Amino acid sequence: MSELKVTPMRPRTQSEGASAGAGVAEERDERDRIDPAELQDEHEQRHQEQLKHIEHVDNETLLKMLYQMVLIRRFEEKSAESYTLGKIGGFCHLYIGQEAVAVGTLSALRPDDYVLTSYRDHGHALVMGTSPDEVMAELYGKIGGCSKGKGGSMHLFDADKHFLGGHGIVGGQIPLATGVAYATKYRGTDQATLVFFGEAAVNQGAFHESLNMAQLWKLPCVYICENNQYGMGTSLKRAMSISDVSQKAVAYGMAAEFVDGMDVLAVRAATERALERARKEYLPSLLEIRTYRFMGHSMSDPGHYRTRAEIERYQERDPIKVFGDNLREKGLLDDAGLKEIEGRVRAEVEHAVKFADESPEPPPEELFTDIYANPIKK
Amino acid sequence: MATQVVMPKLSPTMEEGQLSRWLKKEGDKVSVGEGLAEIDTDKATMEAQALATGVLRKILVPEGETVPLGAIIAIIGEPDEDISGLVTEASKGAAQAEKKEPVEERQESQPAKSDAPSDYQPGQWMGDTASAEQPTKEAPQAQPQASAGGNGQRGDGRLIVSPIAARMAADAGINLHNLTGSGPGGRIVKRDIEAAMKAGSAAQPQTQSAAQPQEEQARPAPVQQPAVQPAGGAAPYREENVSTMRATIARRLVTSLGPIPHIFLTTEIEMDRTAEMRKQLNALDPENKVSINDFVIKVAAHALMRHPAVNASFQEKTIRYYERADVGVAVALENGLITPVVRAANTKSVGQISREVKELAERARNRKLAPEEYTGATFSVSNLGMFGISEFTALINPPEACILAVGAMTPTPVVRDGEVVVRQLMKVTLSCDHRIVDGATGAQFLQTLKKILENPLYLIA
Amino acid sequence: MAVITMREALNQAMREEMRRDEGVFLMGEEVAAYQGAYKVSKGLLEEFGDKRVVDSPITELGFAGLGVGAAMVGLRPIIEFMTFNFSILATDQIINSAAKMRYMSGGQFKIPIVFRGPNGSAFQVSSQHSQALESWYAHFPGLKVVMPSTPADAKGLLKSAIRDNDPVIFLEQERMYGNKGEVPDEEDFLVPLGVADVKREGTDCTVVARSMTVPLALKAAEELEKQGVSVEVIDPRTIRPLDIETIVNSVKKTNRVVIAEESHAFCGVGAELSAQIMEHAFDYLDAPVKRLSGADAPMPYAKNLERLALPDVERIVKAVREVSYLD
Repeated sequence: MSELKVTPMRPRTQSEGASAGAGVAEERDERDRIDPAELQDEHEQRHQEQLKHIEHVDNETLLKMLYQMVLIRRFEEKSAESYTLGKIGGFCHLYIGQEAVAVGTLSALRPDDYVLTSYRDHGHALVMGTSPDEVMAELYGKIGGCSKGKGGSMHLFDADKHFLGGHGIVGGQIPLATGVAYATKYRGTDQATLVFFGEAAVNQGAFHESLNMAQLWKLPCVYICENNQYGMGTSLKRAMSISDVSQKAVAYGMAAEFVDGMDVLAVRAATERALERARKEYLPSLLEIRTYRFMGHSMSDPGHYRTRAEIERYQERDPIKVFGDNLREKGLLDDAGLKEIEGRVRAEVEHAVKFADESPEPPPEELFTDIYANPIKK
Repeated sequence: MATQVVMPKLSPTMEEGQLSRWLKKEGDKVSVGEGLAEIDTDKATMEAQALATGVLRKILVPEGETVPLGAIIAIIGEPDEDISGLVTEASKGAAQAEKKEPVEERQESQPAKSDAPSDYQPGQWMGDTASAEQPTKEAPQAQPQASAGGNGQRGDGRLIVSPIAARMAADAGINLHNLTGSGPGGRIVKRDIEAAMKAGSAAQPQTQSAAQPQEEQARPAPVQQPAVQPAGGAAPYREENVSTMRATIARRLVTSLGPIPHIFLTTEIEMDRTAEMRKQLNALDPENKVSINDFVIKVAAHALMRHPAVNASFQEKTIRYYERADVGVAVALENGLITPVVRAANTKSVGQISREVKELAERARNRKLAPEEYTGATFSVSNLGMFGISEFTALINPPEACILAVGAMTPTPVVRDGEVVVRQLMKVTLSCDHRIVDGATGAQFLQTLKKILENPLYLIA
Repeated sequence: MAVITMREALNQAMREEMRRDEGVFLMGEEVAAYQGAYKVSKGLLEEFGDKRVVDSPITELGFAGLGVGAAMVGLRPIIEFMTFNFSILATDQIINSAAKMRYMSGGQFKIPIVFRGPNGSAFQVSSQHSQALESWYAHFPGLKVVMPSTPADAKGLLKSAIRDNDPVIFLEQERMYGNKGEVPDEEDFLVPLGVADVKREGTDCTVVARSMTVPLALKAAEELEKQGVSVEVIDPRTIRPLDIETIVNSVKKTNRVVIAEESHAFCGVGAELSAQIMEHAFDYLDAPVKRLSGADAPMPYAKNLERLALPDVERIVKAVREVSYLD
């Protein structure tokens, strides 16, 4: 085998369809620093592409997507605040910076499709339709939470909305999603299943086992790697012999795409392609969506493993800002409109906090309920 | 493997036993727990049980013969085993057994299961229960110091019992201290209790080897039941389990008034002079005050020596006449009664008697009496005067011949020399075992008692 | 009453349930074309096709999780582990997903999945292939653990397990697949979960046995009867939830217990039984509860050592005599 080289981050697609945007500039040094000049070029390229994308999507959807991104952002900021106030305990993994991924992917779904994700699940839950009230109450550990307060931040579930959780073991959701896709094919429907996981999960055996089975048995599952480039404190490069996640699909003969996760419409477009593949051909796909989380891995992460400069650089490409700017440019959004969106979001988030504060704690009997569907009493 | 059957110790004071009747013949099959022979002890006739299973190969002591404790009386073994060695040993042992020491101090019961039939009378009413006391609601008892026992005890003196065995024993009123555990480490197990129950239970006469029975008795005290309201307007009631002490009292009394033909003789005694003497004595020694009852005991003891027929015991085939007066003094306890014994009361001064009675009563109330302190009296005195009882009839404490019931001393107008005067009258009632004490005999004793109590100077005359 | 082997009984159970409910499917290694590594799934592929009888790659964690995911959306998977030794790879999905899904979602999902396969020792297959894992799985609320010891129990319990809406760990025994027994001819013969069975009545000593040790205990009971000891043999059948009442009632009657198990003693099911018996029947015990467990060593290969490592009739007899204070 030839010596391992760090290959440039280029998109790889195995199906027809436009490329989903240019890859990130070549990595030059170990600290994942991005050359400002190249970044500028990229920005421009993306900018043009996104403007084009906007034309393909109806206005209502576009504004809804913006709204959802803002909602996630403000909700997560509020969660961070609540956590520091002691109202949220345990783990709290924030989605700030990655909004475009959840919003972009899930905007392409039908209501009868299924979604599973990892413990960084607040954004996905909100976009799937779980009310901010129920999510915040769950974070607060109250009976009004979507999981009756028994799951917490990592275990948001909403069966009616086909949101199958919130899973705590890294990669644990991947075989589950494979099974869900198995079931929809078993039943002969054209429902698709999306499963989200971080790039570090790609190193778990469960990932490989699932991709193998999915491609072998042709299961309608879309495997979405939200590559925020850091598994807790370990950067991608330090954990993977080949940093190109989408390349993993090659081992299984699976279709794959690399997507710029800061561009919500690029994400949507890639997802649409993958869903088509799943519904029409029962073929799985692996999407590597390169994104960035502005906050630490979780609320307890001091973040010493990356530089302020790096974070700021990504914040220049804040997906909400970029999308908003592009919508303005297209004349679909103005200051008043943005203000109105922010206002509605603020109201929803504040209502959620109030609801969560007022919701009672689960009564003691709840300790022993929901353990079995068929409890056997003697 | 053949086993030797020895004369078992069936009462604390037993020193020898008379083999009254063999229940099995040579050649009979026997199994553990079966009755082997009837033995007359100093108190009564008891059944000795086989401790081994096999065939009764040889009987070494014929009926009617008396042998000391521990003497070999029979051999149980396999039908065709050679037991000649054991037989020779037995005859040698018989000779040695003559010089067996008196068994006052180290009273060790033979490893007998509780083999007494229910009419066994170990001595005093309550004698046997103090050590066998279940942990009732009343005072926890500290037990008399134990010698190393073999009855289900480990080296540290603790009784080891399986939970079910403890419960069964408690329910049946069986004293675990009299059992040998057949389980590992001497653990008393279910079959030991079953065997004991088959033989006819009864709380055993004290074995010295009682250490801390309470903790080992798994069964807690009788639980207070809530009141039951029966239908039909009958009185509501509450039921409690019978405590061991009660059960023993019940059992013993049934062997008193029923089997023993009682006669009751009452006399009135003018206690003035005795009361005066008492006053004077107490003035001399205010630290050690004596009571009227102390005088009664002293005088009764004195009278007993004059009337040996009353200081006796019916032993079926014989009548035993005691050489000294050991007077049992009834002491009321919180939930029962015990009769500690003043030994050789006939030799003791009233002050000595008083001190002893006080000390014994104190220890009785604290459940600290040793078995030999409340068994083996030759005569009993019971005084209910402090309760205002003018007279009463007491039940004899088998195997004694008599018991004296003392009433209250009351100033009463009487006619003396044609004049009405006030005298301190006290009624006493003597209950007698009519099998050995006829009316006249009892009356004569009472005459002496009365004479001395009315004129205590007779004590030194 | 038909007399069939345990493997036939299991086969019938799966077949009947798959006929009854379209959502039931079987997945595992070699279950389809190979007819089952132990032939338990023989003929199922032919009857039901490859959608419902699925050969999987050697991917225990993957296909266990796949099963749980499918169960989440309403299918009723039977996931076969070729032996439960291999389930160790899958424990993350069994314990973190299957056992917890309902609870951590606040009751939104049920997981009607059965994980089945042979558990415990076989014949000289050495330490990695001889483990008895029932106490591992019984430890977790959210799982049910079942261990049949007769063909009738196997059939009735497997059918009930498949119909149960919770994850069931169904532990068979390779040594017993060939054991024959009577199975009722009923059209729909079910044995309920959570109910123990008195396999033999007696009065002097209770032996609690499961799976492999049940036939051993029954033989020991016959031996002991000749020796004048009347043994009651109880088979809990379901380990979790445990029917402790039946066991305790027996102990109250006999006052002594021997637990015969092939698993290790430490933290095993016998330890749990001992604790519960002590809690509920303390005053009825004439002797401490005696556990006769597998040796506290990895299973050796050598035949004689393997025999030493497992309970047998002779040792059960000895244990009963010990708690009865005989010899």
